[in-house]
Amino acid sequence: MARLNINGKTVEVDAEPDTPLLWAIRDHVGLTGTKYGCGVAQCGACTVHLDGQAIRACSLPVSAVAEDQKIVTIEGLSPDGNHPVQVAWRALDVPQCGFCQSGMIMAAAALLAEKPRPTDDEINEAMTNICRCGTFNRVRAGIHQAAAATAGTTG
Amino acid sequence: MTTPDTVTPETASRASRRTLLKGAGAAVLLGFHLPSKGALAQPASAPGVPPPVPEVNAWVVIHPDDRVVLRMARTEMGQGTRTGLAQLIAEELQCDWSRVSTEYVTPGQSLARNRAWGAFLTAGSQGIRQSQEYVRRGGAAARMMLVQAAADRWGVPAGECAAKDSVITHGPTGRRLRYGEVAAEAARLAPPADVPLKDPRSWTIAGQPLARIDTADKTTGKQVYGADLRMAGMLVAVPRRCPVFGGRVKSFDAAAVTGMPGVKHVLQVGDSCVAVVADTFWRAKTALDALPVEWDVGESGRVSSATVAAMLDEGLTAKEAFVGNESGDARAAIAGAARKVEATYSYPFLNHAPMEPMNATVLWTPARCDVWCPTQNGEAALAAAAGAAGLPQTACDVHRVDLGGGFGRRTVHDWLEDAVRIARQVPGLPVKTMWTREEDMVQGRYHPVTKCRLTAGLDEKGDITGLHMRISGQSILSTAFPGGLQNGRDPVQFQGLNPGGAEGAIGYTFPNLLVDHAMRNTHVPAHFWRGVNHNQNAIYLECFLDEVAHATGQDPLALRRKLMANHPKHLAVLNAVAERIGWGSPPPPGVHRGLAQQMGFGSYVAAAAEVSVSDAGQLRIHRIVAATDPGHAANPRQIEMQVEGSFVYGLSAMLYQEITLKDGAVEQTNFDSYNVLRMDEMPKVETIVMPSGGFWGGVGEPTIMVAAPAVLNALFAATGKRIRDMPLKHHDLRRA
Repeated sequence: MARLNINGKTVEVDAEPDTPLLWAIRDHVGLTGTKYGCGVAQCGACTVHLDGQAIRACSLPVSAVAEDQKIVTIEGLSPDGNHPVQVAWRALDVPQCGFCQSGMIMAAAALLAEKPRPTDDEINEAMTNICRCGTFNRVRAGIHQAAAATAGTTG
Repeated sequence: MTTPDTVTPETASRASRRTLLKGAGAAVLLGFHLPSKGALAQPASAPGVPPPVPEVNAWVVIHPDDRVVLRMARTEMGQGTRTGLAQLIAEELQCDWSRVSTEYVTPGQSLARNRAWGAFLTAGSQGIRQSQEYVRRGGAAARMMLVQAAADRWGVPAGECAAKDSVITHGPTGRRLRYGEVAAEAARLAPPADVPLKDPRSWTIAGQPLARIDTADKTTGKQVYGADLRMAGMLVAVPRRCPVFGGRVKSFDAAAVTGMPGVKHVLQVGDSCVAVVADTFWRAKTALDALPVEWDVGESGRVSSATVAAMLDEGLTAKEAFVGNESGDARAAIAGAARKVEATYSYPFLNHAPMEPMNATVLWTPARCDVWCPTQNGEAALAAAAGAAGLPQTACDVHRVDLGGGFGRRTVHDWLEDAVRIARQVPGLPVKTMWTREEDMVQGRYHPVTKCRLTAGLDEKGDITGLHMRISGQSILSTAFPGGLQNGRDPVQFQGLNPGGAEGAIGYTFPNLLVDHAMRNTHVPAHFWRGVNHNQNAIYLECFLDEVAHATGQDPLALRRKLMANHPKHLAVLNAVAERIGWGSPPPPGVHRGLAQQMGFGSYVAAAAEVSVSDAGQLRIHRIVAATDPGHAANPRQIEMQVEGSFVYGLSAMLYQEITLKDGAVEQTNFDSYNVLRMDEMPKVETIVMPSGGFWGGVGEPTIMVAAPAVLNALFAATGKRIRDMPLKHHDLRRA
């Protein structure tokens, strides 16, 4: 049994201690926006925020997550789906099949929280997620657009 | 469609019955693909059940509040087909685009209505081009019936009425009726016999760079993929097959894992597979990993990449070969040539590796089998499910969900058959069978392995007098569709090298040409992989022509142009990229250029690449210009996305990917050993969409054909190194 704080709510999860956070989120809590793509921290489809940092939930056992650590999934990124990254993603039609995009969006949101106006090199370093459809150029454009929109609203 | 969390086994079968009823709730249907009217009488509504939706015809549903629902037989897997087809129907329907949504029909519904929706196959870049005409006629016929219904109500000739944005207007009086107000009456009219289509030059919805209609849920986690399905009482199965294709289960020790947390069943699945069924994925996988299994791998356990390579080498000079394209006498021309250029290329097995591993959710009872799964061919999925379920197709159905990638892997349903075999052993409960990435990697249906020896005879001026391309290697149709072989010959092998035809004709005229194929099959099943045989055929021919150009001191573009006089459409896209990249003008310092062109999937494409290679041998692809002539463009914005994505897919293969064999089994197990191009390596892509009209080509695959050869030719310009076997990761790219 693990107690996890997911999207602002504390939930009890009846999972073995070695259960990856990904599967606790998907199968025990029932939030399926976070995806399984590889299970070995390669593809990033499982990216969630742990205390604001982008992490790969497929490779972090629930036993390594403390009750007071804040987990945010794609479902909790914004109350209405209007985080600047989500808005930019819709404006630029970033997703193709979309399966990797929850992870892409979470990675991009974490990057922008740390670096509000990232350079292309900083984007390259932070965005190591795999997309088999090949949306990278639109992901990059989306990050720049979200950064510009955020700068616009905060002055 | 069913939604997660709301589906119990009972509601699942109720839902599926309801969808079937909804589909059959037709009043009037069009003549094409459709059965007689009597078979489709409107069913009576049960108390408390909403009346069937007003279906104007098989493709078009219009609600009283003017919402328009367009029905889809083809599958959305990221390639934009849903939006493109909706645009084409809406163009002819003249409906309000902002009120359009879509729904999948099931193959069971289509079966019950004499294949009302035609083919479901979504592969070969044909989702739009093979269905565009009848879906447009569906939209046009519905519009004509709506206009007629309004005219009938007003007692005026239909010719005095016009339709736009879901409103019908009577010209002389200015009276107006909305589609939603007359849809029920329209549905009762006889479908028109003559259904003319608009001239594409007058399109206002189709052909426009509109945003996709299905993006929003992909940004919030709401989009439900097969892997996300949840139903009350559902169990999760994780399967493992014999790692050597053709091998069998010898024994397994179920007792060793039955007591593990969450484990419900430990099953043998057919001859070659075992599975653990548990309450969650992780518990099933954990038990499966602990399950002792002995396999009988059979004779194929002796096959390795080295034995396959030796077999292919033998084929390069074998006497017997299937001819794909022959004109003149290439062998004699080469024998008598002043000079010869010869080179041997090779291309490995590849895995599709869509982001979403294989999965299917199945509810089996002795009387019925329902499947929820991502598939590129609903009808083939239904046939596969029924076969594995031991039930007639009429007692089964396949409820589609959008795909987390397909790339050809989801046109074949081995994974679905196993999922049904598992569910059949757990009757009455929905079972979601999910593959691990590792299983997905080692149980693929792979891009075939081939080699190719090219020999050119040249005259004193360096012009090609004869060309022989000998392909040796695996045939896709031999495993994927043996019925498609022509007296043993696999016509798919010659994609892009054919003497003519609308699908993939060679873009050059050689005085003497022979393209032939020594078929050498392995125990590894080959299958259609995005771009299919164009991937290697374009590398073989486009890189070899580049070799000939350099060997004879000719400009690669000039050499091609001399051979392309009879191929104006191929030449037009090549000229377009050459002009845009600035071919003939000096590139930036340290940057080098390469070109390639090919016709495939009915479209003409070309690419020009700019690359640099550091002193340490690090390749950087700076910029690629790509041109596509697909005849007609349903949505140029979606084409741009497909072009960009095609470079990622094609360049990932070129840079990193190969499936190798050891002791008969695949050695790569995950993305750490089967890498993919990522953000930091992604070049800038400039897309030229230049539809010339008069034909319909595909866009999902064609650009892949030219991705690798354009870069490889630029790489030669940069380094003097000719890379003839993939992937590049094995090569030292420092300047020669």
